[in-house]
Amino acid sequence: MPVEIDIDHVAKLARLDLSADEKERLRAQLGLILEYAAKVGEVAAADVPPSAYAIPRANVLRPDEPVPSLSREEALANAPEREGDRFKVPPIVEVG
Amino acid sequence: MAELCDLTASDLAAKLRAGETSSAEITESCLARIDAVDGRVRAFLARTPELARERAVAADARIAAGDAPSPAGIPIALKDVLSTKDITTTCGSKILETYVPPFDCTPWARLAAAGSVLLGKTNCDEFAMGSSNENSAFGPVHNPWGLETVPGGSSGGSAAAVAAGEAVWALGTDTGGSVRQPASLCGVVGLKPTYGLISRYGLIAFASSLDTVGTFTRSVRDSAILLSAIAGRDPMDATSLDRTVDDYTEGLDDGVAGLRVGVVKEAFGEGVQPGVRGSVQSALDRLSNIGASVGEASLPHADYALSAYYLIAPSEASSNLARYDGVRYGMRVPGEDSIEMMARTRGAGFGPEVKRRIMLGTYALSAGYYEAYYGQAQKVRTLIIRDYERAFESFDVLVSPTSPTTAFRIGERADDPLAMYLSDVFTIPANLAGVPGISIPSGLDQAGLPVGLQITAPVLGEALLLRVANALERELAFDAVPPLLRDLAA
Repeated sequence: MPVEIDIDHVAKLARLDLSADEKERLRAQLGLILEYAAKVGEVAAADVPPSAYAIPRANVLRPDEPVPSLSREEALANAPEREGDRFKVPPIVEVG
Repeated sequence: MAELCDLTASDLAAKLRAGETSSAEITESCLARIDAVDGRVRAFLARTPELARERAVAADARIAAGDAPSPAGIPIALKDVLSTKDITTTCGSKILETYVPPFDCTPWARLAAAGSVLLGKTNCDEFAMGSSNENSAFGPVHNPWGLETVPGGSSGGSAAAVAAGEAVWALGTDTGGSVRQPASLCGVVGLKPTYGLISRYGLIAFASSLDTVGTFTRSVRDSAILLSAIAGRDPMDATSLDRTVDDYTEGLDDGVAGLRVGVVKEAFGEGVQPGVRGSVQSALDRLSNIGASVGEASLPHADYALSAYYLIAPSEASSNLARYDGVRYGMRVPGEDSIEMMARTRGAGFGPEVKRRIMLGTYALSAGYYEAYYGQAQKVRTLIIRDYERAFESFDVLVSPTSPTTAFRIGERADDPLAMYLSDVFTIPANLAGVPGISIPSGLDQAGLPVGLQITAPVLGEALLLRVANALERELAFDAVPPLLRDLAA
């Protein structure tokens, strides 16, 4: 059975504006894809450990030596909007 | 008569060393071919002819001075998910249409230091999500073997450019088959190395536990040369591995006598076109003729790989693509507050497939569902890794078709995501297990479209993989030319 999902809730979590048409299409398509993907549950037994990576590496360290990095100008060059040396964004919290 | 842009990199390197041609001449040959065909193929999103000419002159000076590592002077194209300093890098997405990276990705930095010549950035599915190149925000690529068909994806532009003589070789990326499948559909050689063998610093991330950089070439030898130039540990990528082989062309001609080749039985079932099955089976006969012992192998959990992939890759993508928020780079659509600005920017900037995967991944990782989807998919990954380990106890390499079909028509699968996802059913298991794989052309089907044969080897088994591919390539002597180029010569 196709999986039922709360599209509005997921779109809110993903910070993604969707049109009514897009939501309708995604509800149907994601339901079918998830039904297919849920097949993983048929073989993923409790005694099988999960693998996050095929070739795990742990504690990859390098000497803690300062090296040159991007200049402030380079880092800000692609900003949609800036104010001095900062990225400028619309209000995040209401003031007052 | 083939022009310079149609030759292999190894032949061109020999001519350069012998003083029979120059990098400037080779570069002009590629630029002329791009001018002649790219209006129809649409492999390039950005061309860099002035830079290419400058670099060619510099390469010629180095070659004249006797300081020429093998990629010196050979023109290359890079998939537009690989960051290039001061050259727009869009990922095939509107959200990054104007993004100019402030640094080079490591693979290009290494090639640039070796004197390579950059022709431009190639078209691809948006953020490398797709199997047909139809998901590019800047229009589809057309396959040189049939302009009404897809080149495969997501690295469709790189594959088509090499097939059409627009570039001598190219780099792409492979998360679930995005190098091997388009190589198969375009009749070229596509190599996906072991996870971590090529640094991903500057590769714009899609699914971090699966993403690899790979090569498109016209011969297996060229793949070995290109891999030798870029592989190995990079302090900027903590997942990168130390290389175990200095020169991947060594031992390339050692043949397959005595090697055990396993034919993956799960990859010959229904859904595989008869033309694909026939071509791969006759190639296997040729492999045993030249001394390999060919037997039946099994990856019993391969049936579950696609399901696992479509949970793991979108989950990681939903996290990786959170960075496109209209703050530091890329598109911004204004809003009353920051949350509204972000949601509007992402709604306007991402295309349908990227939205689908972000939604899928966000759902699969959300409270209450994580264990049932992402957690279970990671267990399936363990089962696939074990499948390969077991198969490689009995066989040196494994063989299957690269994709169940040859190139399909543009638009044919656009409205059916699951049918599209099936294009990668034979390539995805290698990404989940991290093992290297290569696709080489095995022939043409009845419609005259190329068929690809995939070989996989154990982790860091690239030398063996390339040796088998090279022996089979020589035996098959695939020398068909895309109709587009035949028409050009006529």
